[in-house]
Amino acid sequence: MSGLRVLVGCKRVIDYAVKIRVRPDSLGVVTDGVKHSMIPFDENAIEEAVRMKQKKIVKEIVVASCGPAQSQETIRTALAMGADRGIHVEVPAGTDANLQPLAVAKIFSKLVEKEKPDLVILGKQAIDDDANQTTQLLAGMLDWPQGTMASVVAAKDGNLTITREIDGGLEDISVSLPAVISADLRLNEPRYATLPNIMKAKKKKIEKLDPEKLGVDITPRLKILNVVDPPVRQAGDKVPDVTTLMEKLAEKGHL
Amino acid sequence: AVVSTQSTGSASLLYKSTKALRAYQPVAVTCKRYLADAPNTSFARGIFLGELREEELFPYPDVLNEEQKETISMMMEAGHSFFQETNDATANDTNEQIPEDQLDQMRALGMYGLMVPEEYGGIALTNTMYAKFGELTGEYDLGLGIHTGAHQSIGYKGILLYGNEEQKEKYLPSLASGDVFACFCLTEPSSGSDASSIKTRAVLNEAGTHYVMNGSKIWISNGGIAEIFTVFAQTPAIDAKTGETKDKITAFIVERAFGGVSHGPPEKKMGIKCSNTAEVYFENCEIPVENVLGEVGGGFKVAMNILNNGRFGMGACLTGTMRMLIARATDHANNRKQFISNLREYQGIQQKIARMNLLCYANESMAYMLCGNMDRGAPEYQLEAAISKIFASQAAWDVCDETIQILGGAGFMKDVGIERWMRDLRIFRIFEGTNDILKLFIALNGVQDIGKKFKSAGTVGAMMGLARSKFLPAAPLKNKVHSDLSSSVDMLRGDISKFSVAVSEQVIKHKKKIIEQQVLLNRIADVAILLQSMASVISRSNTVAEKGDTSEIALANAWCADSHQRIKILIEEMGDSDVTKVDDAVLDVGKMSLDANGYLAKSPIGC
Repeated sequence: MSGLRVLVGCKRVIDYAVKIRVRPDSLGVVTDGVKHSMIPFDENAIEEAVRMKQKKIVKEIVVASCGPAQSQETIRTALAMGADRGIHVEVPAGTDANLQPLAVAKIFSKLVEKEKPDLVILGKQAIDDDANQTTQLLAGMLDWPQGTMASVVAAKDGNLTITREIDGGLEDISVSLPAVISADLRLNEPRYATLPNIMKAKKKKIEKLDPEKLGVDITPRLKILNVVDPPVRQAGDKVPDVTTLMEKLAEKGHL
Repeated sequence: AVVSTQSTGSASLLYKSTKALRAYQPVAVTCKRYLADAPNTSFARGIFLGELREEELFPYPDVLNEEQKETISMMMEAGHSFFQETNDATANDTNEQIPEDQLDQMRALGMYGLMVPEEYGGIALTNTMYAKFGELTGEYDLGLGIHTGAHQSIGYKGILLYGNEEQKEKYLPSLASGDVFACFCLTEPSSGSDASSIKTRAVLNEAGTHYVMNGSKIWISNGGIAEIFTVFAQTPAIDAKTGETKDKITAFIVERAFGGVSHGPPEKKMGIKCSNTAEVYFENCEIPVENVLGEVGGGFKVAMNILNNGRFGMGACLTGTMRMLIARATDHANNRKQFISNLREYQGIQQKIARMNLLCYANESMAYMLCGNMDRGAPEYQLEAAISKIFASQAAWDVCDETIQILGGAGFMKDVGIERWMRDLRIFRIFEGTNDILKLFIALNGVQDIGKKFKSAGTVGAMMGLARSKFLPAAPLKNKVHSDLSSSVDMLRGDISKFSVAVSEQVIKHKKKIIEQQVLLNRIADVAILLQSMASVISRSNTVAEKGDTSEIALANAWCADSHQRIKILIEEMGDSDVTKVDDAVLDVGKMSLDANGYLAKSPIGC
């Protein structure tokens, strides 16, 4: 298996180490002045594509991101890790918070039409909405096989064998190409960009598109009603025996 | 014939015959000026003449375009990842070594060619970008910082500044990639601060093809691991005017592969332990004449300019250190409770934290003003570089000392991780020009400029008239400054005027003997450093305020008010004959102790 073209997706989100604060209007979280970076699972996705290129299975890596102007930084990071060229589907700042998996899957399905990749690799889920839907929706739209939550990917006899991390343990599947995969944390150890690669990335091309040009309607189908902090954990009670426990549970109306 | 061409920063010597070599005529390096040769344009030089030069202050240098800012941000991220996930500063210190496979990662990361042009395989960072990246080694691992700094900041900097095309093409690619390491070989057992007294000699052979070098160098960073050495040695040169043969220093690019180069075991040091420090020996080492760096006989200036050019890095690097230490100190003060409240509630602690912040702010302001002005093309900056180095090294030491004090006993414990910084920081006041020598350099440079100004005046009266004439405290700044900074600006203007007059009086009083008056010269340097720091914080906070953020003005005003008090005392001491009597009495104590070869008094209990 060689000479494949891979389309990798990445998203710019609030950095995993940042302490999240709910906005005063309770319709979202504070993003202004907050550190943003690429989703860790997306780093796994790009790393896997780069490794496949090093093994000569993949010939070209195209990285795409949907988001506001700053998404370009995320694409540049992917280019610095080893992707060949980028596509930025620009969504105006402010509306990007409501860009939902269905819309992203539609956009990527248009990109697949345009770029004709043999393989699409995405991160398994974004760490802001934790949806874990885009890969599955996209595979459905394209009618391609999917290998989600991948922790091992190997090429074998023209197919890809994938080990998936699922609730019950590990599941091995085989998918034929073209296929859609989503990367999990233990898939690989992502490299950090080296300074020479950051310099080379400056010369790589980033194509600018927008949902309108692609003919995609990104109107949200879900409306966010309210965003609140998780309730503060209440102190518990220690009870001496089961009888008291039953009494307390009945008192609180849990029985 | 000997053909010697002057181009920006390089000289190319094409030797056609040995006869021509023997008739060598020393040629001045016109492009790389040093000391009094440089045009008198910089802020720090102007204060001695009573001038407040605004060109370098307003606006505070903003030398990075959007693309460069994005690039350096990405590079910083990569750097942070490397230092957090791969480098283990504690292990490097304990093992006194950086692991070999980590050196490979550093090569891949591009850490060894940060300022080399792209055409030679480097990262082509500007001074300001290099300084910012240098904050990483300051924040995480100073020993590693010296390893990479000795390589590129001074080790092969000479080739960047003075190398001809052939030398650059031959050496820069493998140096930039880190495949080979470089080091800077000046210091000898009997020549430290007195660099021009070095004894290593390089003599041209009969055939005129090679210099033969003999001598030994001491305390050379990377000396044990380098393949390329920038070496300074005495070479016999014929004085153009007198026809006499005199020794003059020449700089050479020496390859270990030439043979006759060996090194001693790694020195056991107080700190920066993972950085290799070794003696380097040259025994009949044959160096092709093509490897002369710069002009034959022009080596001293090459050495001084390499050091001058690299000095800006220290201010930025130690900003990273101080910021990290302040974070540790404030975290401890916010969480540690003693007696009735957290340490943060006590004035003693608040004062320490405040002073640490002011020192870091003043240092950072000077450091980035320096590299920003270098990037803007300032024709000279040797005083600012010296000031920045002195201030940064002393401030970082003080900040670390106070951090340990705030942490108490824990600060002393290896596992807590602060004591290593104290050990690593001590050398910064010593190497790259001791703070003591640099202070004298600053003061004497200023004194020399004042002396030049007086040359035209005949009488003492005329001299003092000259001294007082240039700067009228009433004259306002040409640039508009935020109104909240106006009192600090007034202090700066007044202090520059008083300083210039006070130093002029001392120049008239002592004349040439001022060179011996080190107590006085140190006071002069201390004031110059404080004036530079005041100007830098005013400039920085003003430029930030112009963009809509006035939060730094309080910091700037606090620093200026504090500095103003110290300057007042220092200037008073300069001119006070009673203080001079005290100085002399104290110096006598020093001389007696030196005569006695130790402490002067006997035990008070009589046995």
